[in-house]
Amino acid sequence: MTTNPAIELRGISKAFGPVQANSDINLRVERGTIHGIIGENGAGKSTLMSILYGFYKADAGEILIGGQPVAIPDSQAAIRAGIGMVFQHFKLVQNFTVLENVVLGAEDGALLRPSLAKARKLLADLARDYELEVDPDEVIEELSVGHQQRVEILKALYRQADILILDEPTGVLTPAEADHLFRILRGLKEQGKTVVLITHKLREIMEITDAVSVMRRGEMVATVTTAETSPEQLAELMVGRKVLLRVDKTPAVPGRTVLEVENLRVSDADGVERVKGISFSIRAGEILGIAGVAGNGQSQLLEVLGGISPATGTVRVNGDAIDLSGRHSNGQTRRARGIAHVPEDRQHLGLIMDFMAWENVIFGYHNDPAYQKNRLIMDNAGIVREAQAKMKRFDVRPPIPTLQAKSFSGGNQQKIVLARELERAPDLLLVGQPTRGVDIGAIEFIHQRLIELRDAGKAVLLVSVELDEILSLSDRIAVMFDGRIMGERDPAATNERELGLLMAGIAGEGAAA
Amino acid sequence: MGFYADLLQILDSTLRLSTPLLFACLAGLFSERAGIFDIGLEGKMLIAAMASGAVAALTGTVWMGLGAGILASLCLAAIHGVASITFRGNQLISGVALNFLASGITVLVAQRLFGQGGRTPALSGDARFGEIVLPLTETLRPVPVIGPFYADVISGHALLVYVALLCVPLTWWVLFGTRFGLRLRAVGENPGAVDTAGVSVIRMRYTAVLITGILCGFAGAYMATALQAGFGKEMTAGRGYIALAALIFAKWRPWAALWACLLFGFFQALALRPDVVENVLTVKVPVPALDALPYVLTVLVLAGFVGKAIPPRAGGEAYVKER
Amino acid sequence: MTKLPNWADIVLVPLVSLLFAAIISALVLLAIGQDPVAAMNVMVTGALGSPYGWGYTLYYTTSFIFTGLAVTVSFNARLFNIGGEGQAQMGGLGVALVLLSLPVWPHWTVALVAAALGAAAFGAAWAAIPAYLQARRGSHIVITTIMFNYIAAAVIVYMLVDVLRPPRQMEPASARFPEGAALPTLHDIPGLSLIFTREVPANVTLFIALVAAFLVWVLLWRTRLGYQIRAFGQSEPAARYAGIDPFRTIMITMLISGGLAGLMAVNNVMGEAEKLVQNSSEGAGFIGIAVALMGRNHPFGVLVAAFLFGFLYQGGAELGLWTTIPIEMRIVVQGLVILFTGALDVMVRMLLARLFFRKPPPEVAVAARERA
Repeated sequence: MTTNPAIELRGISKAFGPVQANSDINLRVERGTIHGIIGENGAGKSTLMSILYGFYKADAGEILIGGQPVAIPDSQAAIRAGIGMVFQHFKLVQNFTVLENVVLGAEDGALLRPSLAKARKLLADLARDYELEVDPDEVIEELSVGHQQRVEILKALYRQADILILDEPTGVLTPAEADHLFRILRGLKEQGKTVVLITHKLREIMEITDAVSVMRRGEMVATVTTAETSPEQLAELMVGRKVLLRVDKTPAVPGRTVLEVENLRVSDADGVERVKGISFSIRAGEILGIAGVAGNGQSQLLEVLGGISPATGTVRVNGDAIDLSGRHSNGQTRRARGIAHVPEDRQHLGLIMDFMAWENVIFGYHNDPAYQKNRLIMDNAGIVREAQAKMKRFDVRPPIPTLQAKSFSGGNQQKIVLARELERAPDLLLVGQPTRGVDIGAIEFIHQRLIELRDAGKAVLLVSVELDEILSLSDRIAVMFDGRIMGERDPAATNERELGLLMAGIAGEGAAA
Repeated sequence: MGFYADLLQILDSTLRLSTPLLFACLAGLFSERAGIFDIGLEGKMLIAAMASGAVAALTGTVWMGLGAGILASLCLAAIHGVASITFRGNQLISGVALNFLASGITVLVAQRLFGQGGRTPALSGDARFGEIVLPLTETLRPVPVIGPFYADVISGHALLVYVALLCVPLTWWVLFGTRFGLRLRAVGENPGAVDTAGVSVIRMRYTAVLITGILCGFAGAYMATALQAGFGKEMTAGRGYIALAALIFAKWRPWAALWACLLFGFFQALALRPDVVENVLTVKVPVPALDALPYVLTVLVLAGFVGKAIPPRAGGEAYVKER
Repeated sequence: MTKLPNWADIVLVPLVSLLFAAIISALVLLAIGQDPVAAMNVMVTGALGSPYGWGYTLYYTTSFIFTGLAVTVSFNARLFNIGGEGQAQMGGLGVALVLLSLPVWPHWTVALVAAALGAAAFGAAWAAIPAYLQARRGSHIVITTIMFNYIAAAVIVYMLVDVLRPPRQMEPASARFPEGAALPTLHDIPGLSLIFTREVPANVTLFIALVAAFLVWVLLWRTRLGYQIRAFGQSEPAARYAGIDPFRTIMITMLISGGLAGLMAVNNVMGEAEKLVQNSSEGAGFIGIAVALMGRNHPFGVLVAAFLFGFLYQGGAELGLWTTIPIEMRIVVQGLVILFTGALDVMVRMLLARLFFRKPPPEVAVAARERA
């Protein structure tokens, strides 16, 4: 006799305007298993889970929990149905304590004190059962990311969730923290809970799941038993064709030194030191890849070099020291020194989403004399013409300069940024997360452009959290952890495991052995 | 002796003048703690003052006036809610608009009802909040220093003055001791956390905005039926904005709000007695300078010369569900 | 996507918002026992029915163009300058101090240039302090500019009562401006005098206002500075990335904004009152907010909206004169216009989208807008 599946979805569809985010999705998740859902960014995974958690209402379809059809119009209903969700961006109140966050929305009565007392006891039990130790009186903003995630799991368990959905849970975790998370998930499974793991990382799927469903462009393309599949097969299912994980490139021919960084220190607005005295250099004609889990100082490094925030230490470009105090320099003076910057967050830094494409194509270079008609007036017509040419060369679709940046897809937005930064043939290119949220076709295009720039004798500093990307593009790899460079490796002589240990802060050849 | 008598008189006015500020300030506290900016406190006070003045005059009962004031203020609060919560409009602009609306409507209605150039008739007797003499006032009066202080400053105010003072511990308890308070504070810090916890962000924010309406109703009713005897054009004279400033000064905390409102009330009381200021400082201070003092001080507070004010994190932003 | 076509967004949305404001205004009039149609007739006749009415309407329009442009410039940098009122009053002080500094002015053009400089400088200076506090100390500019309105009022009272008031004058006002400082009104201009056959308050400042509108358009959409102002307004982090200095941008934007608000004083203080009185700007600074919102933060939209409010103000004054409707009716309309164009714009768009596309449910329209 087969038991009812924990979750069954029948014919779920959801459209946002003309975009079909989910079409006719069918899914069965068996009770007491860890079920992976894998797919590229934008494949519709998160939309589907948001429907299951009552965030969106499906246009069509049926949800069955434990064999019973249920309506989930809001999160309250999802919680009642025994579903708990750990979002990619945690839904925690930063200045509340752990206890307050756990209790929020699940209080026992109108008064707070009894609820908190009860939660404190229950939390201690849960912490023991599932390796979920956190200090209940600690304020969230004082906790590490890994601990914050535990609070999210505790929240779900406190609400007696039988089904736990985790959306890209390891993106912000070190490998060690990720391993701990997986132990917790296995523990949950042993207790009979059902876990749904949404990810785009094949390694995780292979490591922990019992079954895996693959999504592509809003459709569910396959559900397979993990033990009977391979990463290659899953990758092919995800993208619909064979992917080239390696980029074709010739060995680097490094020339003179372009960038020298010595003892660079960066503190954030709260006075917390985020970059703790790092030194490195990049030569012309090579790509230095900076690997690391997000939040270990890479973003600050890029912002300092790009002139967005101040720092202390020494940075020389083509032998000349640049001002790090921020008093005599900014993004404009950096650009004048031949530094181009493709920022990590193109939607908030790299582009003005409400500006038209042509206005974005000169963003940061708008003071260039070539863009002025005379001392007062800008040459708008000329800029539009140039923008159109650039957009065509970078295969921006559609190549219409008068469209607002926000009406382009993620990949095409990134190409607009690249067109702007690369076509000026900078001596040094700073590039952060070049392919985040970009479709697979555009990834290849972007990777090729970066290699071309290197081959043209330019220096490239590449920051990415995608190890694959770092491994396939870089000529040298530096790993950052907690504001420090843990070590430098030759991509040909290292592997993901070694880099993973460095990313977790386990330093040196000795420790890796 | 003369100076102490003057001081007592100024402190007495301080309490009177602080009361509308305190009601409005606590009103703003509920709204802003829930993430809804409200620069429409002024308008809500004004419309409540008119409504309470008018209804108290028509019915001869101050309680009817108070009820009408609260109702009128609630109407504006509801519009602010619809604009900024349901339709995710700009909260600042909505507040500005409602202030103008109140400024015009009050005169139109008062003129229509009473034809006295936009004022309401002078109130007396049961149509006003009378002064309450606290117990033991006369017994204690002979006690030096404390006696006159108790008799002249603490005792002898309208009921609403004491209600306002009681609202401070009440607000503190609601905010930090109840489920409602926990959710209210959470919704102003991270509405996403509240939503995913299965609590309606919309309902929480509407509730907060309506509480703001009720408290502004008290503030306005106090203006027209206790502090003064009737409604006059623009009678709130920027008090809603001073209350807002006091809220920032108090960093959105109830007890600090009390002290901030007392301080600003004290400045207003000083402006009424330039002679005392002149005697103490031994130079003539122009009255406009005293008038401007609360505003100047607020600017200094805002400039961070007197501590740093960090508003609720989700303040001013409409909630949009996102993953 | 349930996005409205561009033309509908630019033309239809403000028009429908205005329609809503008009309907509610009519209901308000009905509620206080007045006849909206008769009121409208009085307003149209009074504001547009005679050259004399036009003279007043255009006079108000001139003031509102300046304050509307002031708010428009600051809005484009996402700085909500509610201090136009105080800046306009200080501009009046600037005009008065400049004009009273000479016993007689050689020619009105000289006086105009000098007074305009004084007005702009005082207005800009009054905006500079909130701007500095916003840029350097992070003080919310909305609150500081509100406070500065009250402080300006106190400063003006002090100046009028204790400094500028001539001896033996009761009224808190400055002396009359000296000879040669009077601006030609539309009646004094050859050609136009055929239409405006008697003295009207509208004066040559109207043409300065029109030029100012054109220059603001050039500034915002044709110069590097305007590009930087708009970029900063859209996203401060992005502006930092591009090397646009936030401090410099905030300061320059607010100086221009305050200067424009101050310039309004040339129209009312120099062109009309010919002396400085208390509360000279009469709320025009606040109307600038409504004008900018209605005009969609575009200088040409501001011209149209300023005229509309000029009509409303002159018409409203006529209502006060000839009917029992209080003059405060125009404040109600003003509030309603701000409400519908500035805070309920999403509602208007949703209604229009429903008309355009028939079926999309509101949640989709909003979701689409937020995603976009």
